[in-house]
Amino acid sequence: MRQPFRLATGGRIDRSRPIEVRLDGERLQGFQGDTLASAILARGIRLVGRSFKRHRPRGILTAGPEEPNALLRVERGPGRVDPNARATLVELVPGLSASTQNAWPSLRHDLAGLFDRAAAFLPAGFYYKTFFRPGWAWYRLFEPAIRRLAGLGRAPETADPDRYLHRHVHCDLLVVGGGPAGLRAAGLAARAGARVILADERPAPGGGLLDTGTAGPRIEGLPAAAWLERLLGELEGAGELVRLSRTTVEALHPSGHALLLERVADHLQEPDPRLPRERLWQVRPRAVLLATGRLERPLLFPDNDRPGILLAGAARAYLAGQAVLVGRDLVVAAFDDSAYAAALELAAAGARVHALVDPRGEPGPLAGAAEAAGLRLLSRWAPVGSEGGPGLRAVRLAPLDRTGRPDGRRERTIPCDALLVAGGWTPAVQLWAQAGGGLAWDPAAAAFLPTRGPSWLRIAGAAAGARTLAEALAQADRATAELLAGLGLAPPPAEPLPAIEEPVPAPSTPPWALPETWRRDPKSTFVDFQNDVSVADIELAVREGFALPEHAKRWTTAGMATDQGKTSAPATLALLAAAAGRPIEELAPTTMRPPWTPVSFGALAGVHRGDLFRPIRTAPLHAWAAARGAVFEDVGNWKRPTAFPRPGESLEAAAAREARAVRTGVGLFDASTLGAFDVQGPDAATFLDRIWTIDVAGLPVGRCRYGLVLKDDGTVLDDGVVCRLAPNRFLLSTTTGGAARLYAWLERWAQTEWPNLRVWITPVAEGRAVIAVQGPRSRLLLRRAASGVDLSPEAFPHMAWRDGKIAGVAARIFRVSFTGETAFELHVPASRAEEVIDTLLRLGPDLEPTPYGLEAMHLLRLEKGYILVGHETDGTVTPRDLGLERLLAPGKDFVGKRSLDLAEHRRPDRPRLVGLLPLDPTALPAVGGQLVERAEPGAPPLGRVSSAGRSPTLGRTIALGLVRGDRARPGERLTVFAADRPPLEVELCAPCFLDPEGVRLRG
Amino acid sequence: MLVIPCPFCGPREEVEFACGGEAGPPRPADPGALDDAAWTAWLWGRVNRKGPQVETWWHQAGCGRWFLVARDTRDDRVLAAWPIGAPAPAGLGLAEPGP
Ligand SMILES: [Zn+2]
Repeated sequence: MRQPFRLATGGRIDRSRPIEVRLDGERLQGFQGDTLASAILARGIRLVGRSFKRHRPRGILTAGPEEPNALLRVERGPGRVDPNARATLVELVPGLSASTQNAWPSLRHDLAGLFDRAAAFLPAGFYYKTFFRPGWAWYRLFEPAIRRLAGLGRAPETADPDRYLHRHVHCDLLVVGGGPAGLRAAGLAARAGARVILADERPAPGGGLLDTGTAGPRIEGLPAAAWLERLLGELEGAGELVRLSRTTVEALHPSGHALLLERVADHLQEPDPRLPRERLWQVRPRAVLLATGRLERPLLFPDNDRPGILLAGAARAYLAGQAVLVGRDLVVAAFDDSAYAAALELAAAGARVHALVDPRGEPGPLAGAAEAAGLRLLSRWAPVGSEGGPGLRAVRLAPLDRTGRPDGRRERTIPCDALLVAGGWTPAVQLWAQAGGGLAWDPAAAAFLPTRGPSWLRIAGAAAGARTLAEALAQADRATAELLAGLGLAPPPAEPLPAIEEPVPAPSTPPWALPETWRRDPKSTFVDFQNDVSVADIELAVREGFALPEHAKRWTTAGMATDQGKTSAPATLALLAAAAGRPIEELAPTTMRPPWTPVSFGALAGVHRGDLFRPIRTAPLHAWAAARGAVFEDVGNWKRPTAFPRPGESLEAAAAREARAVRTGVGLFDASTLGAFDVQGPDAATFLDRIWTIDVAGLPVGRCRYGLVLKDDGTVLDDGVVCRLAPNRFLLSTTTGGAARLYAWLERWAQTEWPNLRVWITPVAEGRAVIAVQGPRSRLLLRRAASGVDLSPEAFPHMAWRDGKIAGVAARIFRVSFTGETAFELHVPASRAEEVIDTLLRLGPDLEPTPYGLEAMHLLRLEKGYILVGHETDGTVTPRDLGLERLLAPGKDFVGKRSLDLAEHRRPDRPRLVGLLPLDPTALPAVGGQLVERAEPGAPPLGRVSSAGRSPTLGRTIALGLVRGDRARPGERLTVFAADRPPLEVELCAPCFLDPEGVRLRG
Repeated sequence: MLVIPCPFCGPREEVEFACGGEAGPPRPADPGALDDAAWTAWLWGRVNRKGPQVETWWHQAGCGRWFLVARDTRDDRVLAAWPIGAPAPAGLGLAEPGP
């Protein structure tokens, strides 16, 4: 067996099921029940990664979700890749392959480790200061190089083949944490009739009790494991209780909404294709009990990050869980009694404890047991350094004088292969704080403990500061009773607390209490392992003026990255307070935000990927267009034809051919995506008069009018045509992209500002198709298909509508044009659209009716200088800027009107819509390009290009733009400046390139 | 994600709604009668209160109705919702809306 640190018996592993995985290509053996971390430790491997900035060698520190060092790239097959997986949580399954990260060319011979020698040049804030300027050097030179060397894992490059699902549920009580407090609370609440969900991050229930062994508590005369089994048995049939394991509550919002991540499949020995990989639960509980436990703290001394230095609690967990000794020759540093239990349990399992140091003058209740077990206790001693390379080979210990200063002359170096450290505990209050619960510094616990929280939330057990199991269970009982009362449920029948034999721990010494122990080398004394933040960095932050926790976090990066400072947060704060000479009570912990641990993108996306990422909308003539070779483009959620290229024809050539056809013959265009709203009611005209800039009340029945919709700040929101169908009924024809926004806008004004107006707004675009028939021969073509309507210009003038039949299909026909040509828009039932357009094609082969797409449409409207909302407007442009004063009806109020009179909107240098003619008629100005006097550095921008194209009618390039009003004179020359394009000189002209009198339009 | 108690449909997930922002005072009946300062104060001025605040919400993917919601901006708690034109429920600790 190549597992020299595995014991022959014990643990919750199944020795009958050996598993082999790969680590950096080499074989690694373990058993079912192992994690990657326990298998690595069983094999005797110490080095698992290089640190983020300084590339220092790092090993496994913890046994839980707080692990800062052991981040591996884990592969479970093609595409199934997780970077930054915490080895402490990855359960061993066959076929798994892990590799170390952030080392080059290899973990052992990492060249970038030289960074550590240059640590003096890489203090906190180094990047900010060094690379602040010049910008180009940062983006092209420094950032790519730094990203290669610093940073964590690489993102996977192939699509993730796994499935992820979402689930939405309600319950009465959500219990977070499957430790003794959580189990007790869930049982009580379920028996009281509450619908309970118990979410536990760990694979098996029991929480911290699972990590204890012979030195752990005895309950009702039973060892912890046996009592747990009994407790779980009682939970069966305890009412409506859903128990979720491997389920992390990642977020608890102030509204009570909780987000749970369930890891469904990764641990399965046999993959089950029916199961998703992960399931994201959105839970809406009426009450929440947090029993989230606590995290142990590492110690502060020079080289405290050497592989082989582990938390005492983690050493107990690996022994109790996987029968792994984290070392054979141990030194144990007990700033907290947890280390005594670790020393006793590992010694009983066969490890040699060469020294047990305790800086406290009065060793705790387990000191006697330790001495009885023959452990060598050094009271008032502390570690002051470590040796090795890269793994731990020895620890330097020194006695402390009464002020906590180590006595260097009496320092001893003790060879060992592992150092167990216990720096006290940090209650896991992240979810409490996320939900809006208060925190206050508790000097006795040397931690932030919960104070007041929302009425629906309680916290119990170690997370609430309980130091013993008995205290934790009593808290759980009390909190559960309070929550049940709040839910209106009868309190559960009194159940006596079990009899518990456990030592009451002595007060611990916080890791930051002995500054003289690291004074020799604060640069190598690490507070935040994951971000390589040392004590010196924290002190530097204070000297630089970043003494507040939120500032220091950004400046030093302490508390960032995947572990979010779980092992470092209180030490960071205490050191900040000390360096700034302030009491820690005055500092607030940095804001705790979701998620508690990293969440995969797959879980967040759920099924909303690929085809389900967003809906696709197709117009009624989509299939018809596709059959004619249309090339489609995305316009919002719509698929719209760009052009209908013939075989071998380019898109640009097709668009030019289509646009020419409209100018000389007749073109057919699917305009069904336009917004359409039926507005009716006795006050419909009044309402629309207040929304549209034009005179709506004066519009005769049978006529249409084009106008603008403004926001009340005077800027253009949308444009569209108002058609009067009857005295109290209108049809609005509006832009494709703005339809949803405009509907919200209309409803908002009608409902919130003028609820007394009797007006009803109905979106009617869905049921109809719109076929635009445009060009000088459009009437000729339509006459062949029309009945019941007089199409002559006298009977049916421009901007009028009539009812009639086209190809036998009832149609509402509008004479509106977006091309500047004589034009008709046919509104027909969507189901008849193909029939109508096919008839038009069939009836006019001699007229060559030409289907055209968006590209030709853009060219045609550009030639006419018609604005396109979103191109010529950008949320800052007013009608006056566009030269559309003629659309502002006098003598009435409308939304936006008052703002047009603001001094700001009347400035002579407001932008003005102009036409742009490149001096080189073949050069196309870049849309979005800046208009400047001369292309030279620092030239002030005078405007921008908003649309551009190659006009087939004029045989040259043309463009529209917005130019400072005091510079927008026809004949003036400016230069278009755009990145990666040669400067282009243009001459300004009126924003209409064709038929400014509109003769063609009215034909 | 919040649960918004639509006065017409009952409690629904926030994704069904669009928030129209803080409810200000009504639009002036005759904007032309206001000077620039008074007009822009109505147009742009918002209280952005820390505490209970009245907002307009639209049940976009539901009944399509706009209504008023009192939300505590400190903890996102939704205190009440009521139709436009109806009086605000008492006891919410609301200040007068608008600047
Ligand atoms: Zn509703």
